[in-house]
Amino acid sequence: MTDITPTRWRPATTEPALVKWSLTGLCLAVLTVLLFAPLIAVFDEALRRGWAFALASLGDPDAQSAIRLTLVVAAISVPLNAAFGIAAAWAITKFDWRGKAWVITLIDLPFSVSPVVAGLLFVLMFGANSALGGWLVANGFPVVFAVPGIVLATMFITFPFVARELIPVMLEQGRAEEEAALTLGASGWRTFLTVTLPNIRWALLYGVLLCNARAMGEFGAVAVVSGKIRGQTTTMPLMIEMFYNEYLSVAAFTMASVLALLALVTLTLKSALEWRYADQLAATHRHH
Amino acid sequence: MNIEIEEISKAFGTTAALHPVSLSIPSGTLVALLGPSGSGKTTLLRILGGLEFPSAGRVLFDGADATGLTVQERRAGFVFQSYALFRHMTVFDNIAYGLRARPRKTRPAGPEIARRVTRLLDLIKLPDIGARYPSQLSGGQRQRVALARALAIEPRMLLLDEPFGALDARVRKELRQGLRDIHDTTGLTTVFVTHDQEEAMELADLIVVMSMGRIEQVGRPDDIRARPKTPFVREFISA
Repeated sequence: MTDITPTRWRPATTEPALVKWSLTGLCLAVLTVLLFAPLIAVFDEALRRGWAFALASLGDPDAQSAIRLTLVVAAISVPLNAAFGIAAAWAITKFDWRGKAWVITLIDLPFSVSPVVAGLLFVLMFGANSALGGWLVANGFPVVFAVPGIVLATMFITFPFVARELIPVMLEQGRAEEEAALTLGASGWRTFLTVTLPNIRWALLYGVLLCNARAMGEFGAVAVVSGKIRGQTTTMPLMIEMFYNEYLSVAAFTMASVLALLALVTLTLKSALEWRYADQLAATHRHH
Repeated sequence: MNIEIEEISKAFGTTAALHPVSLSIPSGTLVALLGPSGSGKTTLLRILGGLEFPSAGRVLFDGADATGLTVQERRAGFVFQSYALFRHMTVFDNIAYGLRARPRKTRPAGPEIARRVTRLLDLIKLPDIGARYPSQLSGGQRQRVALARALAIEPRMLLLDEPFGALDARVRKELRQGLRDIHDTTGLTTVFVTHDQEEAMELADLIVVMSMGRIEQVGRPDDIRARPKTPFVREFISA
């Protein structure tokens, strides 16, 4: 084998420098065009006429009401969806029953249905023209063109996030640890709190953050059910569109910056937590 | 505690995992359920532990019907195939889990729990690993921790699913003796599942050879070796 003299030794999974750098460069270029540049453009547009002007646009009562409504809707729909998502993932991964595949498909439904269609669906069901909607309005609890409808539509759209995040993780972890807890005398509830929940907490956190980001940003479905009543049923994304259509571009982009900032804060929070608990994370993942 | 299995059968959908089987396990015996995969041995073990319920038949513990007892009520120390240690807890917390899960009335106080965990760590000859996480242990250490965790609840019996399956040959030999010693000190009725006939022969007082959801033969290791009852047993033992 003396005729084969390796000129340069290189691990099997490594590419030449040229390939490495051009791939990395390409990736960064795409990220810049699609992600960083638009984000900077939003902030830049918001601050075009200075900080004072931008902040003043947020002082507008309609803008304030929109921010408040978005936070309220997220505060209701995200915890509920987290609870439902955990319950669905738990039922799907820890038990065997008929129709399981069907339910998994059903969980994905909100991803495949256009948000506008979802919104119309709620209008048809709960609108004043339907029997149920008429009764609700008569009893002083309007759903459509009111906050409950916005919450419902948001929950429908964001339902898959937590469950989708949890199901693969829980499938991979299997049922053995839960079974072990049961044989040691723990109740089902205790098993869930002390074994299942700690094992899925990172996936859960990630799912909740995604769910939250989407809940605050949802436009289509909310646009249909809310009726876009200024100062009452207008969420931040709807408000952004209104401002924009009224040529109040600083107000529109300032509101958009706030929405983007909320998303960035959640992402930063997640990274900080991952960094803080890196040891535990590694310990949970390496064990097989 | 003696275990009586009366005409137990188990079907998953339309496939029968266990045809009616009956078996009597005297108190304090170390029993091997021996058979190839798919022979129903793990299903039988899980039925004893209360993790599966039989389609028909009864299980008696010390003469009392235990068929309807929940997994918690059985108080069976169960060692799982891949040990199923709680990965987010230290070894100490793993072993203490069963004691802490007890209702307040029967739950030992903190210092008492610590004392018992220390004693169990001594019993498995790993006194200094209480603060470690399962991911920091070797396969053999994990198996012994799983054993200690199962023993912590003061079980009425010990059930082990392929306890040596995931270990290399040298460690396996060593731990066999470990299990034998623990069985002899505690005097617990112990049932373990294995597909390794040599392991069953060396370790068990009583061997139950299973195939296709049926019990082929029950006997002491010497008997089974000397007088295999069916062609399957003869072939399986000589393999």
